Amino acid sequence: MTIPAGLTRTVLRAQRDTGFLAAGVLPHLALVPVWAWAAATTARTGNRLLTVSVSAALVLLGTPVLTAVQRARYRVLIGVDVPRLTPTAPEQWTWASTARWLAATRPWRKIGYHLLLGPLLALLELLVLAVAAASLAGVIAYAWSWALPTGIRQDWFGHLTQLPAYTAAGLLLLCALPWTARAVARAEARLALGLLGPSRAQRLQERVDQLAVSRTDLIEAVDAERRRIERDLHDGTQQRLVSLAVNLGLAIATRPDLPSDAREVIARAHLEAKEAIAELNDLVRGLHPAVLEDRGLDAALSGLAARTPLPVRLRVDLEERVAPDVESVAYFVISEALTNATKHANAMRTEVMVSQVGEVLRVRVTDDGLGGADAAGTGLTGLAKRVGSLDGAFHVSSPVGGPTTITAELPCAR
Amino acid sequence: MRAVIAEDSVLLRVGLIKVLEMGGFQVAAEAGDAEGLLAAVAEHRPDLALIDVRMPPGFTDEGVRAAMEIRRRWPGTPVVLLSQYVEERYAADLLSANTSGVGYLLKQRVADVADFVAAVRRVADGGTALDPQVVAQLLLRRDSDPLARLTPREREVLGLMAEGRSNAGIAQALVVSESAVAKHINNIFAKLDLPVVDADHRRVLAVLRFLGASRA
Repeated sequence: MTIPAGLTRTVLRAQRDTGFLAAGVLPHLALVPVWAWAAATTARTGNRLLTVSVSAALVLLGTPVLTAVQRARYRVLIGVDVPRLTPTAPEQWTWASTARWLAATRPWRKIGYHLLLGPLLALLELLVLAVAAASLAGVIAYAWSWALPTGIRQDWFGHLTQLPAYTAAGLLLLCALPWTARAVARAEARLALGLLGPSRAQRLQERVDQLAVSRTDLIEAVDAERRRIERDLHDGTQQRLVSLAVNLGLAIATRPDLPSDAREVIARAHLEAKEAIAELNDLVRGLHPAVLEDRGLDAALSGLAARTPLPVRLRVDLEERVAPDVESVAYFVISEALTNATKHANAMRTEVMVSQVGEVLRVRVTDDGLGGADAAGTGLTGLAKRVGSLDGAFHVSSPVGGPTTITAELPCAR
Repeated sequence: MRAVIAEDSVLLRVGLIKVLEMGGFQVAAEAGDAEGLLAAVAEHRPDLALIDVRMPPGFTDEGVRAAMEIRRRWPGTPVVLLSQYVEERYAADLLSANTSGVGYLLKQRVADVADFVAAVRRVADGGTALDPQVVAQLLLRRDSDPLARLTPREREVLGLMAEGRSNAGIAQALVVSESAVAKHINNIFAKLDLPVVDADHRRVLAVLRFLGASRA
C-alpha cells in the first residue's frame, strides 16, 4: 500500500506545528511565577514597593532572554524569521538620544508579549495539545478501553456499544488537528512579528538603507568593470594592433621592390589596421576613457571637445576632482549631448559648462541646432537613467527650431 | 644618430626599434621603465630618447617625469613622448622650459611610419613635433588672449607651426603656395608682438606663446 504524498506532508506538518506549539508552553508561562509571587507577597506583607520593584527587575532581565528563546523557537521550528531589533546607536549619548534609542527597541511591546499575551498563548497551546491527545485517545479507544477496570469502563463509555462513536469523534478531531495547529501557529507568528520584531516603518527604513548601499556598490562595481575592460583593451589589444600597423607600415616603407599588387594588399591591410585602432579608441572612450580616470573631468572634456567636429566652447569650473562615478556620469552626459548636437541637431556651435555649486555638480550643454530632440528617445532616457542612478536631476529643453539645452545636476558631496 | 627607447610593451618596443632603424637611428639601449631609461641615457648620452608616457610601476605619467628629469640633467637631449591619449598639461610641462628638441605624439601615429620618422628626425635635429590632436586641444582653450586676434586661417597656420612643420610642409597641408604661408606667418608675428630677431627663433616664440598663453 502506498501512502499519498499529500497525506505524508500533512502529517509531517501537523507534527511540526504541534511540536512548535508544545515548545511554546513553558517560555510563554515563564513570567507567570513572577506574577504569582508578586501577588502573594503583596497580600502577605503589604509591601508593594518591594514586590513591584523586584518583579519589574525580573521582567526587565527576563524579557531579552525570553525574546531570544522565542526568536529561536520561531526560526528553528516553523522557519519564521522574526528580525532582530537593533537600532543604530546614537553618535552622542545624551538623555534624549538614549531615550530615542531605547524607544526604538520597542520595549513595551516585548514586555506585553511575554507578560500579558504569553499566558493566553500558553492556554491556547495547551488546548491544541489537549485536542491532539484526546483525538489520539479516541481513535485508538478500542486498543486500550478493555484494560480499564470494569467499573470505570462502564462509567466512561457506558456500554461498549458507544466505543465506535468515540473512535469516530477521535478521527474527526484528528482530521481537524493539522488545520487547527497551523492556524494557531500562524496567528502566533503574526503576533511575534508585530510585537517582537521591528515596526513596518523600521523595516522599510532598513530596507531602504540596504538598497541604497547595494545600489552604490552596484554602480561602483559597474564602473570598476568598465575601467578594467578599458585597461585590458589599452594594454593588450591596442598595443597589438599598433604593433601590427607598425609592421605593415614598415613593410610598405622598406620594400619598394615588391610587386604592385602585393604592395596594394599590404597598404590596404595597413589602412584597416589603423581604422581598427581608431575604432577601438572610440569604443574605449565610450566605456571609460583612461584620461578621465587619470586626469579628471577637465582633461577628459578638452579631449572630447577637441574631437568634436563642431566648435565647442568649454568652461569647466572645478576646484577639485569629484567622485569617480560622478565624473563618469557627467562625462557621458556631455559626450552624448555633443554627439546628438553633431549628428542630429545640425548645430553650428555648442557650449559646455561644468561647475560645482556647493555639493552639486552642474552640467549644461547647449547647441544652436534645430531642436525638437525627443526626451523619450533611447539616448536621452539612457542618460536620464544614469543621472538618476546617482540621485541627480536631468532636464532636456528642446523646442522645435532650437536651441537645445541639456542640464544635469549631480550630488557630489564627498 | 643614437637613440634610447623606453616602452614597457615588448611588442611595441620591437616595432619601434625597427622603425627607428629604418629612419637611420641606432638603438643604443631599450628600457621598460623610467629608472632603466635614466640609466640608459646617463650611459649612452643618446641623440634621441623615445619615451612612453605610461610605464610601470604606476602607469600614469612616469614617462613625462622621466623626460623632464632628462631635460634637467642633460639639457638639450631631444625627447619624444608617446601617449595613448592627449593630456595637454604634459605637453605644456614639457614645452615650458625649452621647445627645441621636444615631441609629443599619440602612439598610433607610429603606424604611419614615414610621417613618424620625419617627426622624430625633426625633434632629433632640435625641432618640435606635436600631435595634431594636441594642437586641436590647445587651440580650444585659447579664446581670450592675443591669439584671439588671429584669423581662423592664421590659427590654422600657427597650429601647424606648433606641430613642427616647415613653411613648405604647411603650404602642402593647406594646399596654398609657400609665399601665402610666409605672409600668414608674418601676420602672426606682427599680431603677437614678437620681436624682430631671426625667423627660426620667432617661430619658436610664436609656438611658445601659443602653448603657454593660458598657463601663466
